[in-house]
Amino acid sequence: MKNKEKQSFLDWFLSSQGATSVAVVILGFIIGTILVLLVGRNPAGLFKAIGQSIIGKAGKNGAWNFRNVGETLAYSIPYILCGLSMGFAARVGLFNIGAEGQYIVGMLAAQAVAVCIPSFPFQWLICLLVAIVAGAIWGGIVGFLKAKYKVSEVVATIMLNYIALYLFRIIAFKMPAGLTNRTYQTAPLQSGALLSKFLIKTSNLNIGFFFMIAACLIYWFIMEKTKMGFAFRATGYNKDAARCSGINADSAIASSMAISGAFAGLAGACVLLGGAYTTGRIIQGMDNYGFMGIAVALVGNSRALGIFLAGLLFGVLKQSQSIMQGMNIPKEITFIIQGLIVIFIALRSGLELVKAYRSRVLVRKEAQKV
Amino acid sequence: MMIFQSIPTIMMIVAPILITAIGGMICEKSGVVNIALEGLMSIGACTAASVHFLMEAAGCGRYSLAVALLAGMVVSGLFSLIHGVAAIDLKAEQTISGTGINLLADGITVFACQILFSQDRSKEFRVGMLTDKLGFYPTFYIAIAVVAISWFMLYKTPFGMHLRACGEHPAAADSAGINVRRIRYTGVFISGILGGLAGGCVVLTQTIQFTSNLINGRGFIALAAVAFGRWTPWGVTGAALLFGGAQALAVLSTNFTALKALPSEVFNILPYLVTLLALVIFSGRDYAPQSCGKPYNKSSS
Repeated sequence: MKNKEKQSFLDWFLSSQGATSVAVVILGFIIGTILVLLVGRNPAGLFKAIGQSIIGKAGKNGAWNFRNVGETLAYSIPYILCGLSMGFAARVGLFNIGAEGQYIVGMLAAQAVAVCIPSFPFQWLICLLVAIVAGAIWGGIVGFLKAKYKVSEVVATIMLNYIALYLFRIIAFKMPAGLTNRTYQTAPLQSGALLSKFLIKTSNLNIGFFFMIAACLIYWFIMEKTKMGFAFRATGYNKDAARCSGINADSAIASSMAISGAFAGLAGACVLLGGAYTTGRIIQGMDNYGFMGIAVALVGNSRALGIFLAGLLFGVLKQSQSIMQGMNIPKEITFIIQGLIVIFIALRSGLELVKAYRSRVLVRKEAQKV
Repeated sequence: MMIFQSIPTIMMIVAPILITAIGGMICEKSGVVNIALEGLMSIGACTAASVHFLMEAAGCGRYSLAVALLAGMVVSGLFSLIHGVAAIDLKAEQTISGTGINLLADGITVFACQILFSQDRSKEFRVGMLTDKLGFYPTFYIAIAVVAISWFMLYKTPFGMHLRACGEHPAAADSAGINVRRIRYTGVFISGILGGLAGGCVVLTQTIQFTSNLINGRGFIALAAVAFGRWTPWGVTGAALLFGGAQALAVLSTNFTALKALPSEVFNILPYLVTLLALVIFSGRDYAPQSCGKPYNKSSS
């Protein structure tokens, strides 16, 4: 009896994507902890830092500091939005490595409005809108090339990431005060363009959070509740079958990439205007939110709720970096944990082999009975 | 005149890109997509820089460069095997495991520096590679050797034919008695050691320490060179020369009065833009190995 129960747990585990995601995350943390132990540091600091960025209190006697919680939530905004970007494309069977580029282009568009146009009411809203449009165009290009010319979206998005990076620099240098000072910033962002803070005013938690929540809801609604979403998912499962049943797969690919890009573009605007920057940026490299978005979507199984939770986790890791550095633990351990999580998710396909093996064994047993 | 004087500098920048691209090409020819080249270069560069610094400090500077390159190759090769296990044995989505290695490399290199040197970069070594009489670094000759050997191996040896067969039609290769799994592992491992070698070449010629943004897209340029060079050694060499040349111009453009007016980023964009356009222009024809990126399932065929 006991044996049977155990077996059914294994079956449940193998078939539940949520459970394997949780297992993968735990495994990533375990190996990260072992690594910290191996190099002779105390892993307690790692978990203390993580705890502090979740509840804002350090240990037993630590003071409450809600700023940490606010920063955690603020960091999770771009992670979740980029995760939605990756996840949306994944549901249509596309691998959008281009969230980073779409994020950069969105930030560029927002910065153009925020730096070059004098302050006016609701400037921030215009900034967010142009960022969404810019990201959608950048993603749409890939979708168009994929649908029309069968260009691999993986290679195309990698190329567009770097094109976006250098395009940003070329244009940012042309913005007011872009070339004059050497501190890699442009003229200040107009006050009307900044996203206002709420709840925890000492942190950078801004109203971009509500736009992120709205994006999650829109994601869920489009995917699960609309005809368009059905066409997307059908294309993702089997392009040819979708085509046969009258779905325009090409247009599904192009438009899904555009929507995908829109999420990432919004992320770019939220980071720029979210309070961390007072002047326009001249980026020197990638911010990596887009790449981490891949991990977020994978952990979240491309479902809206899953991406939301996974994005929060990544926000926690990001905020805990600065705290654990003070506890003598290299903050890069969080990157290692994130990388390990993605690798384990890739290895998850091995579970399919386990499943296939188990069903083979089962069939053999049945055959022996007969 | 200026152009001739710049050739060694251009070659210094081209060589690592070319070496990595050849590795990526071999990997894809065996049927496994490898977008982890960037991360593998990073790991190779970090290992080579650390080993070279430590050996130099210990006073065995004479053999240090060769040992450093070798160490970079070995460590990076071992990391590439993670991709091999995922892609070949576990039939994973190859883009995902590649992305995972890239992310992991970001963390593990700087983490290693934090542990070894208590800072977020490796310590500066005193002397890297030296140029010869013509002004070329040894990496130039290494790159030429890599191209020649890879061409010979791919087209003139039985192993090369087997490797190409595994990328085109693994089932046919299998039925002819070729061990697809072993060949693909070899392909991935070669891309790992060449990526590590190239990373070492970057750090030992172009700078004096490893930093987190040292590789800065070189691996992705190599990936572009593989696609633009249409998966042949000579095509990849041409693409790497073009792209590396563009990267060099980004550095050198201040020396040319005619190019000064352009922002240097224009040259940085060039490889990516050219590759994207080429993919569109050549979209009708398939140059990529046919089964590239598809796991081979022995039992189902």
